[in-house]
This record gives sequence, C-alpha cells and structure tokens, in this order.
Amino acid sequence: MTAVAADLALQMNGVRKVYRVGDSEVVALDGVDLTVGADEIIALVGPSGSGKTTLCSIAGGLLTPTEGAVIVAGQDISQYSAKQLTGFRRESVGFVFQTVNLVPFLTARENLLVVDEIGPRTGRRARERADQLLGELGLAERAGNVPAQLSGGERQRVAIGRALMNKPDLVLFDEPTSALDTRLGDQVVNLIRHEMKSRGTAAIIVTHDDRITHYADRVARIVDGRVTDPGSQNG
Amino acid sequence: MKLALRELRRRPGRFVVATAILALIALLLMVLGGLLDGLVAGSTGALRAQRGQLIVYSSTSQESLVRSRITPAVRHEVEKSAGAGRVAGLGSVQLGARVEGHGPRDLVPVVLFGYELAPRGLPNAVPAAGQVYADSSLKSEGVKEGSTVRLGPARTPVRVIGFLDDSRYSLQGTLWGSLGTWREVLAANRPGERAGQGVDQALVVSVGVADASKEAAMIDRATNGATKTLTVPQAINALPGVSQQQTVFNQIIGITIVIAVVVVGLFFALITVERVGLYGVLKAIGASSGTLFAGVLLQALVVTLIASAVGAASSLALAAAIPEGSIPFVATSSRLLTSTAYLLIAALLGCAFSLRRVLGVDPAAAIGAEQ
Repeated sequence: MTAVAADLALQMNGVRKVYRVGDSEVVALDGVDLTVGADEIIALVGPSGSGKTTLCSIAGGLLTPTEGAVIVAGQDISQYSAKQLTGFRRESVGFVFQTVNLVPFLTARENLLVVDEIGPRTGRRARERADQLLGELGLAERAGNVPAQLSGGERQRVAIGRALMNKPDLVLFDEPTSALDTRLGDQVVNLIRHEMKSRGTAAIIVTHDDRITHYADRVARIVDGRVTDPGSQNG
Repeated sequence: MKLALRELRRRPGRFVVATAILALIALLLMVLGGLLDGLVAGSTGALRAQRGQLIVYSSTSQESLVRSRITPAVRHEVEKSAGAGRVAGLGSVQLGARVEGHGPRDLVPVVLFGYELAPRGLPNAVPAAGQVYADSSLKSEGVKEGSTVRLGPARTPVRVIGFLDDSRYSLQGTLWGSLGTWREVLAANRPGERAGQGVDQALVVSVGVADASKEAAMIDRATNGATKTLTVPQAINALPGVSQQQTVFNQIIGITIVIAVVVVGLFFALITVERVGLYGVLKAIGASSGTLFAGVLLQALVVTLIASAVGAASSLALAAAIPEGSIPFVATSSRLLTSTAYLLIAALLGCAFSLRRVLGVDPAAAIGAEQ
C-alpha cells in the first residue's frame, strides 16, 4: 500500500512502463520514484528517448503505468479506466504541448473556454476566469485574435492560460521553449514560474535545454527510464 | 458542440463542397419523389377522390374499369349485402375531346366519368344531362366554366359547369357527369362497348365500417363470385403501371440515399483524418470521444439540413416553373420532409464511418507518446 502524502502534487512510486514492439519489450520507465510538492516546479531533463515524455504522460493521465503507483493531489490514478482518466485530465491537470496546439479557428479567449465546453459547463464563471487569465498573461488586448494572428510567444501564453483554466493541481509542460528563440524562451519560462508560484500550482517542465533548469526549484534527471531525483522521498 | 458549430461558421469553405454535393443529391431525391408523386397522383386521382371505401368490379374484369360491367341484378345483390351502406354506380370512357380554341385535329385526351355518389370536391347533386364538372388540370387546355367540350368521334357535346381538383386518371384530365350522360356518350362514341339501361361499369360502396376488406369479401360472397371487390387503396394498386412506377422510383430513391450515405461518410471520414492531431489535444485536455463524435454528428446534420433546404427550395422553384400539365411533378411538403428525413438518417449512417477513427485517437499522441 502506498502512503499518500497530502501536501504532494505528484507521487510516483516504482513506476514502470513497458511497450510491446512486435515480440520484444521496450522498457520506457524502470522503477521511477518521483515526488513533486504542491507548489514545486521541477525540471525533468534528459536526452531524447530517455523516457521524459512517457513519465510526463503517465503523470498527466495520458498513459497508464505497467507497474507502480501514480498519485496526483491525493488521487491514485494508476488503476483508473480510460473514462476516469478523461475526467481526471479535465479537472486536475493542465498541459502545455511542445507544438502549442491551439484550436486554429478559435480566438485566444475561446481557446481558454474550450476547457469549460468539453466538460460540465460553468458558463459565466468560466468566462470570468478566462478574462482574468488573459489579463494576467498580458493578452487582454489579443483576446479576440485567432492563433494565426498571434506571435509565437503570445500563442505559448494562450496555451499556458488554457492549461490553467481548470485550476489544476499539476501542470505539465512538454518542451515549452523548443520552438522559441533564447530571449522569448527566457520570457516564457519566467512567466511559467511566475504563474505557478503566484497560484501555488505544481509544475513539471520537460526539457533538454539546460538553460531552463535554473528557473526550476529542482532538477530531476532521467536516463534510460531511470530518474535521479535529489528530492525524492524514496530515493 | 459549440466548437463544431464555430468551425462551421468560421470555416464555411471546408464544408461548401460537401454541402453542394448533398444539395444536388437532395434535389435529385426530391425531384424523383416529386415525379413519382406526380405520376401516381395523375394516375389515381379519380379513385382517390371517391367518397366510398370499396370499388366493386365484375369478376371477369381483372380489376379494370374498362372491362367491367355490373348488371342491375348483381347491383341488387350488392345493395342487399351492403345493407345500410350506400351503393352508387360508376362508369368511365376515355376519349379525345375537342376544346373551344383548339384546332379540329388538336384533341385533348380526357376520361369522362359518370357517377351517382359525388366524388370529393363536388356537390352531392349529380349534374343534369349533358353537364359536367372538369378536373382543374384541363384549365391549362383552355377549358373554362361554360365551355362546351365535344367528345369522341361523334363530337358529343357536354357543357362544363365547374371544376374539381386532383381527380386525374391515367395521366389524363377528367370530366364528371351523370351516369346517363356517360351512357349517352359511350353509346355514341363506343357503340361496341355500349352499356344498357341500369348497367354500370363498377360500383362505389360507402360502408362506413372500419374493416372495409371484410365487407368486400361479404359482397363477393353475396354475388356468388360475380364481383371482385377491392378497397380504394387496392384498386389504386391494381391500376396498370402504378405499383411498377412506385417500385422503380423507390429503387432509384433508395440508391440515391445510399449515395448520400457514401458522400457524407467519405467527407466526414476525410475531415476526421485531418483533425486527428486536434482531437488528440482535445482528448488530452479532457474531451471524451463521445463529445468529439457528437461534434462530427452535429456538423453532418447541419450540413445536411442546409443541403436539404437548398434542395427543397429548388424543388419548389421547379414545381412553380413547370407549366401545368406538361410534366407530372408535384412538390408536396410531406415528400420534401420525408426526403430531408432520409438524408438526415443517411448523414447519421455516414458519420458512423468516422466513429472508429474518433475512438481510435490516442490522447497520448498529443504529447508525442503513444500506447
């Protein structure tokens, strides 16, 4: 039985993920133990193919682990069904994807409101939250613009706003600066840190860009599916 | 759902081709249906206009008015069997009519009916000898109230005293007079088919009971097999060519609906393939497959409704543009609504092709990891 710590946003214990490729097995994660505090920002660093994305997907309920326990804000999601994971993703986590992936025919404001529209609607409250987030992200003037009318940095900020719409316990950033130049990358990571810290929200930033790491509270390194986490309670 | 509607509104160009093709299919469906309705209406109006529920033919007639003869003795048996029901004689003859204003060789094909029980749309009183009511389709041939129409080779004159609607027979305009007028015209123009005094071609029986087919069997037993009694719908189906027309048109309509299913299926399957990336992201942030598929369905239904509206408007325009009496085409609201309903069902079926693909979108793909 896994002990659940109430003040942790994420707790992964002995997580193993094995993919079947033809007759052989590929171990993507091998006994990962990782904890993230309730308002902690962790940079997850590692080379390509090391298992960063798989770890992030399991933490966000996109994949289920082959073995081990995954507890997000007190919920053990390791055995959740696909339907339960859909609800979990809608309510408890935020994602910012590498390629931003906004809905191209929606305005910035509507891209934030999508999160409300795909679940049980809250209507006016959602609209107020979207306006508040757009204001805080410096996008109030751009709320009516579609992604094609926004700069790369603005699009990234809209994606961050979308990830925060559901007041998540944990936000997962997948290489958030990979498509941005150094100056813009710094600005975006600064913004991520500011937004997470001001809300007390935990975040995992997946990156292979070492420059980002000094914005994080802690750096976890992953190589060949094994995590070296200096802050992990389990090792 | 809002997402699906916004896409329709903001990217109408993506849906224009599918909407245009579906609108053409809708028009084809409605025109085919309209032609079928027009043909059937033009062939069966005289029988549908009858106020009775049963038509009694002589047993040797093979359910054909022309071949049928009911003698006074048989009529008496029918009247006894029908009891309180009304039994009325009916006669018909197809002739060429000379209408005022037409040249001497420019004959208008008509069917003269002699009746006792007034068909729908006519007063109960049977017109006097030599007077007839005319089907309103004959107005396009120049027939007016007060016109004298000369029937057949004998040019027997009848005077038109009014009109009734939707009473065409064998795609010809009809004239409605007394049985006496019919006998006189028949004797003058078809001496070989002359009907003696009291002889009718058929009988129209108004039984006023729910189970008319049971009553039909009773009448045929009472006449000892001298009659063949049909309900009006059976008599309509027995008209030469009517059921064949319906079968052929319904098969073409069925194939058109199958084409609509394929068009919707292919179009939305393609759109779904294009959206796999977007669906991955939406699933990753918590959209269920059901929500996404409902969006596809909604778009298909909206596109189909727009296409059906265009098809229906075009059908109505076509019906208005076709000169009366030239092509048997009618655009009825029931046909337009039925065609729209078929297309909506086709759209739902077509979308089913996309369901598997929507279900198969892996949210993990959005982040670059797949199961």
